Amino acid sequence: MYGNDFGVPARDGRDTPGPTGGTGTTPAPPDEPPGFQELIDTDARIEPRDAMPEAYRNTLVRQIAQHAHSEIIGMQPEGNWISRAPSLRRKAILMAKVQDEAGHGLYLYAAAETLGVDRADLLDALHAGRQKYSSIFNYPTLTWADVGAIGWLVDGAAIANQVPLCRCSYGPYARAMIRVCKEESFHQRQGFEALHTLSHGTEAQKAMAQDAVNRWWWPSLMMFGPSDADSTHSEQSMRWGIKRFSNDELRQRFVDMTVPQADALGLTLPDPDLCWNDERGHYDFGEIDFAELFEVIRGNGPCNKQRLDHRVRAHEEGAWVREAAVAYARKKQERAGSTTGAVA
Amino acid sequence: MTEHVRYVLALADDVLVASQRLGGWIARAPELEEDVALANIGLDLLGQARSLLTHAGALEGEGRDEDALAYFRDERDFLNVHLVERSHGDFAATMARLLLLSTYLHELWTALLTSTDDTLAAVAAKAVKEVDYHADHARMWVLRLGDGTEESHRRMQAGLEAEWPYAEELFDGSYVDAALLETGVAVDPSTLRERWAGRVVAVVEEATLTVPTSRPAVTGGRRGIHTEEMGYLLAEMQHLARSHPGASW
Ligand SMILES: [Fe+2]
Ligand SMILES: [Fe+2]
Repeated sequence: MYGNDFGVPARDGRDTPGPTGGTGTTPAPPDEPPGFQELIDTDARIEPRDAMPEAYRNTLVRQIAQHAHSEIIGMQPEGNWISRAPSLRRKAILMAKVQDEAGHGLYLYAAAETLGVDRADLLDALHAGRQKYSSIFNYPTLTWADVGAIGWLVDGAAIANQVPLCRCSYGPYARAMIRVCKEESFHQRQGFEALHTLSHGTEAQKAMAQDAVNRWWWPSLMMFGPSDADSTHSEQSMRWGIKRFSNDELRQRFVDMTVPQADALGLTLPDPDLCWNDERGHYDFGEIDFAELFEVIRGNGPCNKQRLDHRVRAHEEGAWVREAAVAYARKKQERAGSTTGAVA
Repeated sequence: MTEHVRYVLALADDVLVASQRLGGWIARAPELEEDVALANIGLDLLGQARSLLTHAGALEGEGRDEDALAYFRDERDFLNVHLVERSHGDFAATMARLLLLSTYLHELWTALLTSTDDTLAAVAAKAVKEVDYHADHARMWVLRLGDGTEESHRRMQAGLEAEWPYAEELFDGSYVDAALLETGVAVDPSTLRERWAGRVVAVVEEATLTVPTSRPAVTGGRRGIHTEEMGYLLAEMQHLARSHPGASW
């Protein structure tokens, strides 16, 4: 999950429940087929033709669609640097990465389609603002170092979120995630390596790298969502084997993994409270400004409008192309039909 | 700079600049599959450019690598044709250009398979399969758009009209040194034209389109004389590398 699978608290502080309902104990839905929960509890996979509760299906559609949307919106901030990449090798790596993200979108839309929805409808929901994508992509890529920082931190956080999804109870999603995770870890290493080159380069390059990490660190931590105490959807998703670990557990895992890497880069993470806690066996870190996260999710981030407008424009400008492809396929089929008819 | 280096640079610049332009389509293609396909084609062309630039630098022997040649040459030293440097029109014009260019590249690389320059022959061996796929991809879209809806037919014809005059420069062999032809390093591009035209015209006709009869555009790319748009393309591509001279990335 790219991280936004939670409701935004209303202005008075209460949670707006997501489509599957709010927090609290969750009884089995009335349409749950007998043996469904047992299947999940024994770690078996649910497949498209199996009976499943509507709420399970809806939760998965929402989550997979949001994940797919994040992949394709995520092409924009990095695609922003393809034309300006400072070496041909970096240009090739970046083009391949953005291409991978398009591929991730394709696998994930295909996984969602096994649940009886259409990619076209999901895209409409994205374009109309009815479905979301990860808030992280509403931040701008201002320098070349942002490309490295995104690979290292954003792909890194995505991996922490997504590795457990390789064991998701829904088979097609789990299998898509296995492919996606392999490529994400490749992206993460490439991002680290790009930043390493900068942080061991000229003074100006090093400053560029530090500036990027300063801007991307906190938004990356927000990718895991609010603290467990404030998280909607979590409990039911855990019971259904869609979610395996809490937001806070995954965030801690990411911090623990990332701090030593920052040391290796020779870069500072912008958090004065960050320090090793021997007792817990984890790094402590400072308080996250979730008010910022919720503002960005509400649409008030630096690039929300730009990202969605770009996406909608591309879609609308391509409408006549897609229509032509459909018309051509139909003509071909008709011609093939009439030929077969003549032979018969 | 020897004629041999100049020849390899001209081949390199065509594919480098074509790749730079195609990169602009990523994240704005008509459908997700096409984002993947265009990135793929752009990557193939970039890969060809990198091999060729590295080869040109080695032949020159002055220590210039692929990046020195891509980022630190000025506009007058770029030898690509105008076809590839102009900004893209709509998707139809993009596919028209891809059809014209990749069909030419397919003929070119096929001919260079037997180049006496072993490196060129090796690049050709890999590239010929890549551009075959590119030409096929372009062909499929020209058919779909030409024989799709009324609107797509109109746009595809317009795209073809817009790109067609620039194709002629690909076949102007006057920039290729006679000695390179005699020794079998280079091919005379004018010898590729007939086969190219046969393939392109077949696609255009199958797509129910009309072969344009417009006059060839004024050219100059092989002499370093470019269109007004080239300056912007290079400014964007080169600015970061040039802002940090001596840095590695
Ligand atoms: Fe991805
Ligand atoms: Fe990625």
